[in-house]
Amino acid sequence: MSLTRITQPDTELSHIQLPLFGCRVRAGFPSPADDFIDKSLDLNEFLIKKPAATFFAWAEGDSLRDIGITEGDLLIIDRSVERTQGAIVVAAIDGELTCKILDIRRMQLLSANENYPPINVSGKEDLLIEGVVTHSIKKHLPKR
Amino acid sequence: MIALVDCNSCYASCEQVFRPDLRDKPVIVLSNNDGCIIARSKEAKKLGVPDLQPFFKIEQQLKKHRVVVFSANFRLYGDISNQVMTTLRDFSPRVEQYSIDEMFLDFSGMDLDLNDYGSLIKESLWQNVRMPVGVGIAPTKTLSKLANHAAKKIKSSGVAVLDSPVKWQWLQKRLPIIKIWGVGKRLSKRLNALGIHSVYQLAQADPGFIRKQTSINIERTIRELNGEACISLDEQPAPKKEIFVTRSFGKKTGSKEELLRHISRYAAAAAEKLRSQNSFCSSLYLFAFTSEFKPGFYSNSKVIKLPYPTSNSTIIINHAKQGMSQLYQAGSLFAKCGIGLLDIRDRNFHQYDLFTPGQQPATDELMCMIDNINRRYGRDSMTFGAEGLTGKWTMHQNRLSPSYTSSWLDLPRVNC
Repeated sequence: MSLTRITQPDTELSHIQLPLFGCRVRAGFPSPADDFIDKSLDLNEFLIKKPAATFFAWAEGDSLRDIGITEGDLLIIDRSVERTQGAIVVAAIDGELTCKILDIRRMQLLSANENYPPINVSGKEDLLIEGVVTHSIKKHLPKR
Repeated sequence: MIALVDCNSCYASCEQVFRPDLRDKPVIVLSNNDGCIIARSKEAKKLGVPDLQPFFKIEQQLKKHRVVVFSANFRLYGDISNQVMTTLRDFSPRVEQYSIDEMFLDFSGMDLDLNDYGSLIKESLWQNVRMPVGVGIAPTKTLSKLANHAAKKIKSSGVAVLDSPVKWQWLQKRLPIIKIWGVGKRLSKRLNALGIHSVYQLAQADPGFIRKQTSINIERTIRELNGEACISLDEQPAPKKEIFVTRSFGKKTGSKEELLRHISRYAAAAAEKLRSQNSFCSSLYLFAFTSEFKPGFYSNSKVIKLPYPTSNSTIIINHAKQGMSQLYQAGSLFAKCGIGLLDIRDRNFHQYDLFTPGQQPATDELMCMIDNINRRYGRDSMTFGAEGLTGKWTMHQNRLSPSYTSSWLDLPRVNC
């Protein structure tokens, strides 16, 4: 098989850089110091700690409504993050990717909506969990 | 010590990354145009699905066994390969990516429990990328390739360490020479004729004698098989001195246009290989023949000199067509044709000619762009008009998986 080099958005992060200004915004005369921009901000750097273990997914359904994850949110999932008590995780349940709250103590996957009962996962938690949701991104502009 | 980490059924495993429901199911991936089977998951191999088999021949059987079939999604495989390679770089400061699914890692100077470290690498790739791999560890690259074979076929842990002659000789006695890195079918036949069948027999043979009978490189292979590192990391194989692309046609042809289309395709493929090793060629060897089992057998060949040393596909295709037109003989049914690029030289040592312009930078840019497009989007994404419309534009990709990593619309969906 020959070597193929293919760029990838995940590991070679695009740098959409926003300038960070060194002084507070004031009306009127601009500060001459603003010519010297201290640093650039990269949203990828802020949201993704380990690009090689991260993937994106769309949220569907309302079982996590009460913790603010709703349909159409963009989920950032890191497979390398430690699974801790209370972490929001993506698990493979019956072959389907499913987002739930991890309750290690009771070996359950919890929802954040009274209409959805907890799911018991005793004994198979290692197999189930695909990764930890590190951020969810919600669009607030109304759909047009 | 050197490790070779190799993805298991790479393309099939990539298709399973975002489809946990398919992880224990038979999955296969087809080549461009849904032609041949190019990857089979462990479960598909267990069912006995053959490698490189034309898909249409066994489509019905596959359906019966509920084998899940995908068209090749090279963009997805490239992205996942990239995650695999990035993860692997954390395990050694010195690495060499050998192919889309293989990487050598140098552990020299590192004080390690090799079995533990190998398992850690394997676990990390599963945890971080969901890619199953085999890890072979040994003192030389050639031995680590063999160790990798053992990791996949013999050891249930997926990790094999050959750190003493006893261990590698045990394995060498059980493998045929065709499994050796760099030993192809032809060399293997010649060695068989010398009475050498197992890897162990080759390792024990007299390097001087074998070298005289076959090629110089075999001596290095023999030394490497005995634990003496001769092939360093990052070392690329020597550039080829001749590049040949030749194929039998699926259907014999008496049409000149079709013959020219065939030779154009082979010329384009040869030129791409030429560029990938950063070389120029200055002559072409062209040949065509009819079936030797039919009456009126006709075979002819011709060498064409190019105006200047080049790797420009358009010039190579044009001259190949000219040469082939002269070989064409009306009334003959051609079964096979081919092109050889001759007089290949490394571009770095290229001597420019005062009287001809030589290859222009604009040509290099154009060729580089074409090669990049084809690398990125799969072979035949961009082709030359002379090759005819046989490329991607007529391609069947009926079973393409979503672009999970490269399209916002196609991101995996998660039930909440």
